[in-house]
Amino acid sequence: MARTIVITSGKGGVGKTTTSAAIAMGLARRGNRTAVIDFDVGLRNLDLVMGCERRVVYDFVNVITGEATLNQALIRDKRCDDLYVLPASQTRDKEALTQEGVGKVLDEMGKTFDYIVCDSPAGIEHGATMAMYFADDAIVVTNPEVSSVRDSDRMLGILASKSRRAENAEEPIREYLLLTRYLPERVERGEMLGVDDVQEILSLDLLGVIPESPDVLDASNKGEPIILNERSDAGQAYTDVISRYLGEDVPHRFLEAPKKGLFGRLFGG
Amino acid sequence: MGLLDLFRKNQKSSASVAKERLQILVAHERSARDNTPSYLPRLKEDLLKVIRRYVDIEPEQVQVTLDSDGNQEFLELNIALPDDH
Ligand SMILES: Nc1ncnc2c1ncn2[C@@H]1O[C@H](COP(=O)(O)OP(=O)(O)O)[C@@H](O)[C@H]1O
Ligand SMILES: [Mg+2]
Repeated sequence: MARTIVITSGKGGVGKTTTSAAIAMGLARRGNRTAVIDFDVGLRNLDLVMGCERRVVYDFVNVITGEATLNQALIRDKRCDDLYVLPASQTRDKEALTQEGVGKVLDEMGKTFDYIVCDSPAGIEHGATMAMYFADDAIVVTNPEVSSVRDSDRMLGILASKSRRAENAEEPIREYLLLTRYLPERVERGEMLGVDDVQEILSLDLLGVIPESPDVLDASNKGEPIILNERSDAGQAYTDVISRYLGEDVPHRFLEAPKKGLFGRLFGG
Repeated sequence: MGLLDLFRKNQKSSASVAKERLQILVAHERSARDNTPSYLPRLKEDLLKVIRRYVDIEPEQVQVTLDSDGNQEFLELNIALPDDH
């Protein structure tokens, strides 16, 4: 039985796809058979971030409609044998992801995978609710910024009412906070919500804090999930996230700005 | 601490303003969520069935919401009828 993880946020551009790619790669590199599914019908992007865009033949909707088998559509990662990508369809018909169809595909995948990571589209419409409906765990990706925090809270409401677990009165989805695009310097200057503030407002378990880093753009330029960049602070922060998700007790890093030298102290604002 | 910080000290930081605003907003939105009775979706479905016996309407055209003004609660039913009726 696979564990299904939804990467969700409500707001767009906060780092869901970056996170989906990093977490799927991280879990797979630890020897878990992992699949990552792009639920963003019409706006396929995960394939680019994963670097497999030229190998897409069939997609998620093709599998749901029976035009392709799951094995035909799944793309095996070139860097990690345990990792597979199921790309989104470019069709404009968002309703193509039916609850029954998604459920069937996830059931079939559940037989062979340990983890299924669902990259949710932005918004609270059909695609986003489909991505979370079958989830066991939810990683709520949030930026330290008012509209992102508010949207995250709205997603928590939807997770608690419109999921399979909620409808069947099962044990609720496990929810985690992942704070991304964090700038400790600005937090220290009082210009940005700090990790404690966001945690207090949302009262969620903190899975990790990913610093804002130019390495993320570099990684997506190359189609290499950021977690593969072991020298990057963002990459290392995602590696810690995997350890924490798997139950290890790892201290949070990169929460503070690097200390300035004498020069910086004299001339910094 | 730089010189500029001395001047900034007297003002509330924008991050703490953000935090206060969010705390109020989130508390408000959560209580609205929690006070929505769980029977509301089923009530809407039943209403839809009854209305459809007479008029052909889509689910989006029926809205059932619960409102309150502090003293009383109102169950609001909004049905948009199609043009040809
Ligand atoms: N930690 C980070 N540091 C810098 N840029 C980031 C970080 N996380 C995401 N980004 C950038 O933000 C943009 C949106 O990220 P993406 O993962 O596509 O968000 P979403 O899927 O939520 O819309 C991308 O350009 C990505 O490179
Ligand atoms: Mg995305």
